[in-house]
Amino acid sequence: MKELLIIAIGSAIVNNVVLSQFLGLCPFLGVSKKIETAAGMGGAVIFVLTLSSFVTSLVYSYILVPADLTYLQTIVFILVIAALVQLVEMVLKKMMPALYKSLGVYLPLITTNCAVLGIAIINVQKEYNVLEGTVNGFATAVGFTIAIILMAGLREKIEYNDIPKPFQGMPIVLLTAGLMSIAFFGFSGLI
Amino acid sequence: MKPNTPAERLYNGLIKENPTFVMMLGMCPTLAVTTSAMNGLGMGLTTMVVLTMSNMIISLLRKVIPDGVRMPAFIVIVASFVTIVQFLLEGFIPALYSSLGIYIPLIVVNCIILGRAEAYASKNKVVPSIFDGIGMGLGFTLGLTSIGIFREILGAGQIFGFQVMPSSYEPITIFILAPGAFFVLAMLVALQNKLKMKKDPEVKTECGSGCASCTNSACGGKLLNSDK
Repeated sequence: MKELLIIAIGSAIVNNVVLSQFLGLCPFLGVSKKIETAAGMGGAVIFVLTLSSFVTSLVYSYILVPADLTYLQTIVFILVIAALVQLVEMVLKKMMPALYKSLGVYLPLITTNCAVLGIAIINVQKEYNVLEGTVNGFATAVGFTIAIILMAGLREKIEYNDIPKPFQGMPIVLLTAGLMSIAFFGFSGLI
Repeated sequence: MKPNTPAERLYNGLIKENPTFVMMLGMCPTLAVTTSAMNGLGMGLTTMVVLTMSNMIISLLRKVIPDGVRMPAFIVIVASFVTIVQFLLEGFIPALYSSLGIYIPLIVVNCIILGRAEAYASKNKVVPSIFDGIGMGLGFTLGLTSIGIFREILGAGQIFGFQVMPSSYEPITIFILAPGAFFVLAMLVALQNKLKMKKDPEVKTECGSGCASCTNSACGGKLLNSDK
């Protein structure tokens, strides 16, 4: 239990996926204009990342390792993730139209989110078992959600500020992300 | 210059459509691995090899791959080359392999590669596609190396590991840490916006903001639509 908690806090806050590992930067910059959409994206990422790290851990430990095919991990993982996102989209559409309505538009964006593949590979590198891998995926996604919602809140305020023209848009967002990244360094003593 | 000649492709990749400075593609590796000039150069060349090889194979197979499944097919081709390159690096340049870490397998989801496959290699002959890959790869290498040099000088006072700043210079360590990457990129985009505004004062800087993410989402959208 203690190990799981350490993994969770480490991935969610200390080594924040966006602010210190630069994974999932594209949605972080792209869909962080409003808190509402940022929260939607965060929800979709939590859902997909937890599921995908569970499935990729399963595939790795029960198919690739026994068959001695671990060198195929990159190819297998990317295909599993692409198929999984597609499947999730179809299942949600049929079974839970309400949830699909709120998360659906974000799902296609997630396939190319490098965090999903990144976490699958990190789980393998750190030799996590299926449970640890799933917890790591969930915690990472929570960290992503924290970062994107904070960023959206800041961006809603930035809208009203008088920013030099060349810095409007992306540059000011990147500067803000840099400052947030410094702030997150403060957590490094936590574990 | 005549279109689709090797020289034109190289010029296009290096200058006209430079993936880092003009198109703003592949931002995750750009920020993550440019902590030193050497890492930037290594990542750039690794990406170039994958891009050139996958462009070649995709161009050769462009009449064989059915349109409906082209995106999954491209991904498998790219992932195979990434795996091969990963093992070559692990075997022959272990120092670079360990400093680039998980960003090597993540070349698969680098939008430059799928973007070039979709936009160029799947529609053009083999030789121009190979040079397109080399040009784009060199452009990416140029971008990563120059950002790496910049960060290494400020953050460690070195270039490629050689001390260049006088010993009285106190390195600003933050530039080789995560926040420094954000600051350097912010300055780069601001500079780009400034240059754009000089050319056309009415240009909307806001457009530049979404481009990196838009292109990425476009890749994802296409991938999924092609499955249906």
